[in-house]
Amino acid sequence: MTGHEEIIIAGFGGQGILSAGRILAYAGMLEGKNVSWLPSYGPEMRGGTANCHVIISDEPIGSPILNTATTLIVMNAPSLDKFEKTVVPGGKVIIDSSLVERKPSRDDIDIYQIPATMLASEMGNLTFANIILLGKFIKQTGIISKENFAIALEHILPEKKHYLIPEEIKALEVGMNYCE
Amino acid sequence: MGKKLLMKGNEVIAEAALRAGCKCYFGYPITPQTEIAHYFAKKMPEYGGTFIQAESEVAAINMVYGAASAGARVMTSSSSPGISLKQEGISYIAGAELPAVIVNIVRCGPGLGGILPAQGDYFQAVKGGGHGDYKMVVLAPSSVQELYELTVEAFNIADKYRIACMIMGDGILGQMMETVEFKDKEEIISADKSWALTGTKMEREQNVITSIYIDPEVLESHNLKLQRKYKLIEENENRVEIFNCEEADVIITAFGTVARIIKNVIKMAEKEGIKIGLIRPITLWPFPNEAFEKYATVPKAFLSVELNAGQMVEDVRLAINGKNKVFFHGRMGGMIPTQNEILDKVKEILKG
Repeated sequence: MTGHEEIIIAGFGGQGILSAGRILAYAGMLEGKNVSWLPSYGPEMRGGTANCHVIISDEPIGSPILNTATTLIVMNAPSLDKFEKTVVPGGKVIIDSSLVERKPSRDDIDIYQIPATMLASEMGNLTFANIILLGKFIKQTGIISKENFAIALEHILPEKKHYLIPEEIKALEVGMNYCE
Repeated sequence: MGKKLLMKGNEVIAEAALRAGCKCYFGYPITPQTEIAHYFAKKMPEYGGTFIQAESEVAAINMVYGAASAGARVMTSSSSPGISLKQEGISYIAGAELPAVIVNIVRCGPGLGGILPAQGDYFQAVKGGGHGDYKMVVLAPSSVQELYELTVEAFNIADKYRIACMIMGDGILGQMMETVEFKDKEEIISADKSWALTGTKMEREQNVITSIYIDPEVLESHNLKLQRKYKLIEENENRVEIFNCEEADVIITAFGTVARIIKNVIKMAEKEGIKIGLIRPITLWPFPNEAFEKYATVPKAFLSVELNAGQMVEDVRLAINGKNKVFFHGRMGGMIPTQNEILDKVKEILKG
């Protein structure tokens, strides 16, 4: 699988925004690609919002700071408002529609609305919502295989959460297979 | 080389130090570099070394003085306001000719400023933030891999010349994760440390580590000795990355994370038929003057891009020595220049 993805993941603190980015970066590395992960650590974190920039590329990575994104994954409304304009024409926006009612106003991007938090709640664990959205991401971009995603989960999740991995993989599949 | 790992810049600094034989770390927490201390706290016991969270930055730098006097490989780390507090100790370390590695993950200033990335501590690092005629070697990595390699290098340079060596990064470099490949074994120079305070066992003359020389003739000869050492370092240790400079329309000069943004700008400019080169000083002191001399008349102009109000640009102008125009573009306060913003500046320069 080849490609270049510039991904912004954004939402509230506690939704697993930063770890979602770390899982993607790790899986990208397993794919043999160059990767970078840059968390927000500045004053915007007050008020509880969090975001991270992830680059997965066949090319050497220049700046890890993204001014534009090929894919935006959002888990709250303020993040959609803030980052919608950063998506390149032809890019993708993956939205947790359980938490974000609004649809992006642009018609030059692909929009995927997935009620990830609701689906996660049906699975019995709200913390799977981020994984469900990542499932949609790997399905639509093909830049990461399910197998490498699973290995990445093992490395990024702390050991005490490893018992959850089989369920997390199911959540990934829920996202991959979700049809609007 | 070993296998690739995905690690945070700050953690890589600590891992590299341990691999380089760093046996003592003393520090006081401050954003955005506290992960360095976290990592040492967790790992130092495995290496049989000493980790102390000091009561202050001043205490930490003086613990560095002590451990270095005893011949240990030693590190401290902080961020801008904390580094200001260490300046007296750094001057003493320079005077006493002690090897030590000091990390500054720079944040915005002046004063408490903010925690976002900046390069406003360039002058403090390369022109001497403490008192007296002294220098320290300043290394400016721009990737996580380079953080590893230059941290190991810093310990070697420090031991080789008995000098303080600073690693200067910013919050982007410290906080970001990137792949890093560690070597199976580090190349560690074996330095003569017969000067160290290890106890005479009544078998040799006592060693003295001091920075006080009351007799002016003695002090001047000590000063001259230091200057000879600095000259030697200037001749042997300057490091620079030169990229795309042959036939460049404009050569941009930038260090650390800013140089990464410039690499993106170079690609953007190519699509518009503009050729941009990059000179990236890896050692900020000694400054790689030869690279600038070599390309001084190649481009139509030079442009220094920095996260400050114009600091390295002064050294660029000294190196260019009037042979070409040198422009400056900077952002402060934690604001990062966008690629478009820099390309616009280049176009403005080319329009004349």
